[in-house]
Order: sequence, then C-alpha cells, then structure tokens
Amino acid sequence: MNHEIIEKNLGLMIVLIILTISGGFLVEIVPLFFLKETNEPVEGLEPYSALELEGRDIYIREGCHVCHTQQIRPFRAETERYGHYSVAGEFVYDRPFLWGSKRTGPDLARVGGRYSDAWQRQHLFNPRSVVPESNMPAFPWLFENKVDHTGTAAKLETLQTLGVPYTDEQIANAASQVEGKFEIEALVAYLQQLGTVISDKR
Amino acid sequence: MSTFWSIWISVIVLGTVFGCVWLLWATRKNQTTDVETDRTMGHSFDGIEEYDNPLPKWWFYLFMATCVFSLGYLALYPGLGNYKGLLGWTSHNQWEAEVAEAEEKYGEIYAQYGQTPVEELATNEDALKIGQRLFANNCAVCHGSAARGQVGFPNLTDDDWLYGGTPEKILETLHNGRMGNMPAKGVMPGMTNEQVDQVVNYVLSFSGREKDAAAAEAGAGVFAQACVACHGPDGKGNQAMGAPNLTDNTWLYGSTYDWIKETVMNGRQNQMPAQAGRLSEDQIQILAAYVYSLSN
Repeated sequence: MNHEIIEKNLGLMIVLIILTISGGFLVEIVPLFFLKETNEPVEGLEPYSALELEGRDIYIREGCHVCHTQQIRPFRAETERYGHYSVAGEFVYDRPFLWGSKRTGPDLARVGGRYSDAWQRQHLFNPRSVVPESNMPAFPWLFENKVDHTGTAAKLETLQTLGVPYTDEQIANAASQVEGKFEIEALVAYLQQLGTVISDKR
Repeated sequence: MSTFWSIWISVIVLGTVFGCVWLLWATRKNQTTDVETDRTMGHSFDGIEEYDNPLPKWWFYLFMATCVFSLGYLALYPGLGNYKGLLGWTSHNQWEAEVAEAEEKYGEIYAQYGQTPVEELATNEDALKIGQRLFANNCAVCHGSAARGQVGFPNLTDDDWLYGGTPEKILETLHNGRMGNMPAKGVMPGMTNEQVDQVVNYVLSFSGREKDAAAAEAGAGVFAQACVACHGPDGKGNQAMGAPNLTDNTWLYGSTYDWIKETVMNGRQNQMPAQAGRLSEDQIQILAAYVYSLSN
C-alpha cells in the first residue's frame, strides 16, 4: 500500500501536511502583501494625527471594536444607513485594523462628521441621555483622565518604521500635541475623522 | 493584479483541485476489491487493527462532485487571478444592481415629492409618513424621536428658531448644516467675575428673574459691550448668525443662573451636521416638509 510510505515516514508527512494547509494561505493571503489595491492609500488619506492616534488607542483600550465594526459591506441596506462601502485603501495606515466582527452597536466606519462634537461627548458621558434605548456603557472617566503623552512619539516612530509616512517633524511634535488633552478629546478627534476620506456618502 | 500573481493563484488553485482528484483516483486504483471484506492492513498496535476496505461509494462520489462543482464555480466566478469569470460578477456590480433596483422601486416615490414646494408637501400625509421615518433614522439621535430636542439640541416643534423656520431656511440648515459658536465672555475677553455676575443677572432680568437688581442694572453696560454684536441691543437675538433670543422662554442650554453663568464663562460651540450628500435632494425636501409641519 502506497500510503504506508507517508504514514511510516514522519518527516515526509510533516512536509506534505504543511504543503496542504498552506495552499489557502499562499492563494488568499500572500498575494495581498503585494497588491496595489491593498497597499496603496486611497486619494487624500492622511496618517492619523498624534491626537487621533491616541484616541484610536483609547478606542482599542475601551474595547469599542468588540461591539462596533468599522467596515461597510457592499449591500444597499448598509450603504443606505452608513454611507459608501469600505475599500481596502482606506485602511493602509491602520495597524492593526479595527474592522471588528460583531455589531452590537452600529458600524462606525463613516461616523466622522455625522454627529457634532457636543453630541459625541454627551453620548460617551451617558449614552442614555441622547439615545434612551441605548445599551452602550457610559465612559465618564474619559472626561477626567489626561492622555498619557509619554509614549506618543514612540508610537508614531513605530508606525513610521512600518511604512506610515510620518515626517520627523510630526514625530518631534507628537507629545506636545497631546499633552494636557483629556482622553475624551482624543477619542472624539479619532471618531470625527473616521471614513471622511471618501466624501461621496452615497 | 500583476500577471505573476494571477498565474501564481491560478496554478495553486487548479493544482490543488486536480491534486485532490488525482490523489483520490490513485488510492482507489490500488484497491483490489470493491466489496468490504475482513482483510486488514496487516499492522497491529496494542491489538488495534485496521480494515483494508474501499472508500465508501457515497463518500467517493460526493468528493468528486465537489471537485466538479469547484471547477464550474471557477469558470463562472472570478477565482483565478485576473480571470473575470463567465458571469462577470463582482461585489461592486452586485451592489450597483441592488441600488438600481431600489432606485426604480422607490425613486419615483421620492421624485414625485422632491419637486413639490415644502409648504404644500407639509400637508401631504403620505409624504409626512416618509418624512417621519427619515427623521427617525437620521435626526432623532439628537433632536429626539418626538423632535422635542434636549439640552444643546433644539426643539423643532416650537415656534422658536435659531436660524429661521421658513422652508428656505430649513432647507439651508439641512443642506449645509450649521456651526453655532458663542465665544467665551462674548467679545469681551477681559470680563471680570463681577461683570459676569452682572451680565448674567441682566440676562435673567429679560424674563424678570434677576437675583440682584443692582447687579442687573450694572450688567446692562457689560451686555452692551460684550453681547449686543450678536444678541442685539434688546437681547432678541439674530437669526442670520444663529444668536438666540434671550428674552423668550426657550433655552437651548439651561435657563438658571448657574447655567447661564456657565454659558457666559466658557462659551458654547454647537453644530448641526450637513446632510447634503448623505441624503438625496428628494429626501431632504421631504425632511424639510416634515420639520416644517411640526410647528405649522
């Protein structure tokens, strides 16, 4: 029996197993590292400012991505509600991306500019005060804590190493731009730019 | 996608499919019989032996069928690099077809109202029903489902308007949004705490609620310096710049001494987001009619 050759030869079996399971990886993932569509930013996309980047880290820290997605799928039901469907080039500076996988709350991919800053602040302080039926938790401590600016420059520098086009000047000014700001300001700054690079909302 | 990656993907995908078929045929060929027997593979581990039986027929044919299906799928849909597939399907054109279908179904309904003047539309029950739903989806998060507003977000059901309640003004607000900005201490950055107290008392005196009549009297001078540019000499506001009337009983923020003091000390920034581009022209027309109907 031929399969005895494989079954009794551990090294060969390991090689064949790796070959078999890497098929999907080689076809579905490896080419994406080299494609223009996934690597080039859409026109007008800017790297996050220092404040927005800190806001993004607060977004991650508070687990917003657990209940909110940031990816609009190309279905009419979604584009009517949220705006133009998401495209890969919008996320090239997102490391890691925050597409999420569960919508307990609405998608936030294009929430930027949709509500006023005042609304965002009030909603984050107490969601029920503006949306009575909301089950979102309140985040009152964002209004008391200041952003930790000691790591901001290092964050920008790391992203620069990964290929995000930050200038050395931006890195040098990073800490001073967020110093003394409340966490809520950073988070609202992050939210208000989400998805705004594609201005055609329909 | 470059030719290299296109070929890379095609070769691996087709290689995998044909590899599966070949593996199945190759192992089947070695079978000596199609019937199940008691013959074993000849090895025994801890007394456990393995039968040498053919693959179950249903399993074999099912697996073959999936291979055939995958080839058919790859021919019809884009799965091989740059090959577009016989159907020419993309997620983008599927979305466009969906939108076009909806446009055909609902476009006419919107269009028949889009050209109607707001005043006339505000009396059309069907249009108002659509408007009410548009309002619930797009406006209620700030203005409330009953459009009565809340602190910082105007009540749309009363007769008091920051920027004007004519159909033209409502349309303008919906289209372009509004940026409300009251600077801290008006145009008098050097206002002392005493003067703040005086001007708050003066503002309260418009509705006869001053706490300290003497302070209110002194506040008139402060008001004339710091506030008249926007709120006008008699405090009746100015709709051209969205400065509220301070003499009526409608307050965007609180009406108490402490609230007004907070407003004077820190100013107020507020924004109504622009809806043009987010909603269609027809939808904005219907929404304007709905909002207009709330107070007329």
